[in-house]
Amino acid sequence: MKLRTALLSATAALAFGQLAHADAHMGERGRDGEVKIIYWQAASIMNPFLSGGTKDVEAASLVLEPLMRFDETGALVPWLVDEVPTVENGGVSEDLTSITYKITDGIKWSDGTPFTSADVKFTHEYCTAEGGGCAQATKFVGIESIETPDALTVTVNFEGPTPYPYSAFNGAESPIIQAAQFADCLGPKAPECTDQNFKPIGTGAFKVDEFRTNDVAVLSMNENYRDPAKPAFSKITLKGGGDATASGRAVMETGEYDYAWNLQLAPDVIAQMEEGGKGTPVAGFGTLVERIMLNNTNPDSSLSDEERSVIRPHPFLGDKAVYTALSMAIDRPLLVEVGYGQAGRVTCNWVPAPEAYASTSMTCDEQDIEGAKKMLEEAGFKDTDGDGVRETPDGVPMNILYQSSTNAVRQDFQALIKDWWEQIGLSVELRNIDASVFFGGDPGSPDTFQKFFADVEMYANNFPGTDPQAYLGNGVCDAAPSPDTQWQGENISRFCMEEYDELHAELTKTADLAERGRIAKELNDMAVQNGMMIPLVDRGRLSAHANSLGGVVLNTWDSELWNVADWYRTGDNR
Amino acid sequence: MLNYALRRTLMSIPTLLFIAFVIFMLLELAPGDPMGTMPLTIPDEVKQRMREALGLGEPWYVRFGLWLYQFFVVEPQYWIDATFGTDFAQGAQRIVSFQSRSPVFDVIAERLPQTLWVVGMSYVVGVLIALPIGIISAYRQYSVFDQVGTFISMVGFSVPPFFSGVLVIVIFSVQLGWLPSIYDTTHVVTSWDTFLFQLKQMIMPVMVLALQTTAQVSRYMRAAMLDNLGQDYVRTARAKGLKESIVVMKHVLRNSMIPVVTVIALGIPSIFGGAIITEQVFKVNGLGQLLILALQGADIPMVMTITFLLAVLIVLMNLVADILYGVLDPRIRYD
Repeated sequence: MKLRTALLSATAALAFGQLAHADAHMGERGRDGEVKIIYWQAASIMNPFLSGGTKDVEAASLVLEPLMRFDETGALVPWLVDEVPTVENGGVSEDLTSITYKITDGIKWSDGTPFTSADVKFTHEYCTAEGGGCAQATKFVGIESIETPDALTVTVNFEGPTPYPYSAFNGAESPIIQAAQFADCLGPKAPECTDQNFKPIGTGAFKVDEFRTNDVAVLSMNENYRDPAKPAFSKITLKGGGDATASGRAVMETGEYDYAWNLQLAPDVIAQMEEGGKGTPVAGFGTLVERIMLNNTNPDSSLSDEERSVIRPHPFLGDKAVYTALSMAIDRPLLVEVGYGQAGRVTCNWVPAPEAYASTSMTCDEQDIEGAKKMLEEAGFKDTDGDGVRETPDGVPMNILYQSSTNAVRQDFQALIKDWWEQIGLSVELRNIDASVFFGGDPGSPDTFQKFFADVEMYANNFPGTDPQAYLGNGVCDAAPSPDTQWQGENISRFCMEEYDELHAELTKTADLAERGRIAKELNDMAVQNGMMIPLVDRGRLSAHANSLGGVVLNTWDSELWNVADWYRTGDNR
Repeated sequence: MLNYALRRTLMSIPTLLFIAFVIFMLLELAPGDPMGTMPLTIPDEVKQRMREALGLGEPWYVRFGLWLYQFFVVEPQYWIDATFGTDFAQGAQRIVSFQSRSPVFDVIAERLPQTLWVVGMSYVVGVLIALPIGIISAYRQYSVFDQVGTFISMVGFSVPPFFSGVLVIVIFSVQLGWLPSIYDTTHVVTSWDTFLFQLKQMIMPVMVLALQTTAQVSRYMRAAMLDNLGQDYVRTARAKGLKESIVVMKHVLRNSMIPVVTVIALGIPSIFGGAIITEQVFKVNGLGQLLILALQGADIPMVMTITFLLAVLIVLMNLVADILYGVLDPRIRYD
């Protein structure tokens, strides 16, 4: 009798134990059915090497995986390897010219074949092949050779000492593709491999069943995934199209979808949708900064084609008093409130994150119109002819042409900032250009942001990964766009300072992380305080997920779908 | 008549080639760049190499000639191969989209079902509703029905689909929760339940679009009917003692249909252009959405191919409308 009671209680205890796990963190693979994700910019192709667009990179991240990923704090986490190679554990050589990855044993592609170092080597070959037009080519710059001593070891040899060796093969933009599948797709053949580009074989938790470009992707769980209990979902529908408002509505108001990406909407619209009660918005911050670039050259339309926005200096924007006053006149907290709400923060920095590189030397959250006026008066910029517009000491009226891309929030900002600048005595003309033209880089168009045929322009930029060295390199004198470079170049303001170039060169040779952080902060301060740009808002990403979807961790350093294998359906459907 | 048809068909060939050239030059001269939608994190040299990989390094006449060759020679070869299992094409380069790097015609074929289902259906529904409204409005001119009909036509014509579409979504999807607001293009109809679901997801976009069509066609119908109801032969028919329904439905209607049928025929190419805005609002993702995305992304092969196909359809339907006019009305004779 006692034995029977004991056995019965044991069984009961086990049963209750299972019930306690009803929140379904654990369980068999595919138990939670379908999850529906909506990206209002539809994915065109599932190959991040042929398209750098975020929507395509993230769609591909459901299937293709890199050796290591960045987690939501920006730290590197091993994904397909055993550990992060560093100098301390011997993974990175002492002279910083090579890095060795140890691939975890037992990883298989979704078609059952084993994942080996040959696939890693092939990925490098694929992106560096002539004529391939690989969008991620910068990740593989500086690599001399790749060795594969055995099936689970990869050694990357660099041309010279590389303080940051993690660009290649890590992060959503540089995943590993299967050598066998893409074997015939090297170089100019890359765009022809439509089947491979639309249905890549990956090591991720899902595989592609159907892909309709610019429309929808249907994926099902990968039977050969390395964790037998994951993913919890057996099917993903990744729908694209429409706009951000419709996506937000589908998750938070009608409950038709479980996850909506990148809701670039006004804060009050989001708050209203949240009242629908079916979903929650989540925000995450990365390195995206909305800024006003100051033209360090003269954009006067009366100049010839060779001289316009090439010759220095600008009539008045080079004067420290002027750009400091322009920055002081801006009420950044109001801009954040109007434009981004919970998805924005005030920033005075060009590089706002990661923390190690974020300078704290400047504050700019107080608007000071009187102080700005005083600064201009004392510097000699007075209104001598009484028309309400100040002139430079040489008599040139301070007229500013302020351009940006066509975007409701940007036009709101332009209107506000124009008003403030007119209050301190400048005259401002606004202009907006369609985004595909503004960012297009067409050398024949006068409206591209590289040509900068205006006094100031506003847009946002960021850098991939967590190391800002290449990004800070956008401030060196040689990087300025000009007719000689077909208007290609990253130094949009044409900022040029000898100390800056020297300090950046020093950064490229520094290995110690703390020292790199110090130099990066100094470069950031040098650029902002010497008239390269006026940073405005640290823009985060805002996405929304259904209340019944658990496991979502918003990650702005990698793909937002980085941990889709960990997602599950909670019991709560409200 | 046959002579006329043949002549028109032959004339349309240089017309179409000219149209293709104009479209190509417009796209060439317009600002915009396929790399414009790529993020700023990709440096300019990489973007330049990507452009060259897409074939943009060649001069414009080479690219135009290549497109013409691919459109008129290579693509028909692939179509014949797909239908009859032959191998004429032998791996020749097809017209490839810049955005997705896949053959343009495959993408168009993929989009045709939802475009025909939603936009085609809305055209049919719109016409079917418009005809009775037009007939009754004309027969009972200035009655309450006529005034209401006129009012609804004006509203339907003036209210843009991005307003009426969002309005019906808010009412039927958000507030009432009866209908889905996002169209599922992968849905396959295999049973009664799946058919019902297809019906549910189609109703809103179809009705929004049909409203536009109804407004137009019903006015044409009404005007044509009024024109004919005042004719002498109608008086004769009534005097002869024919039933009113025969007079209206058999005699007047047939004569009124002549201009209306031609208007309907001329409206058919717009089905294939898709309803760009409505498709975006309901995420139907048909040919209209494809065209607008291609335009925004400066995807020249895709834009060229779709606009040229639309031009072909318009020229063709113009010809059909003219011939139909000649067939229906014995008074018209072409030579």
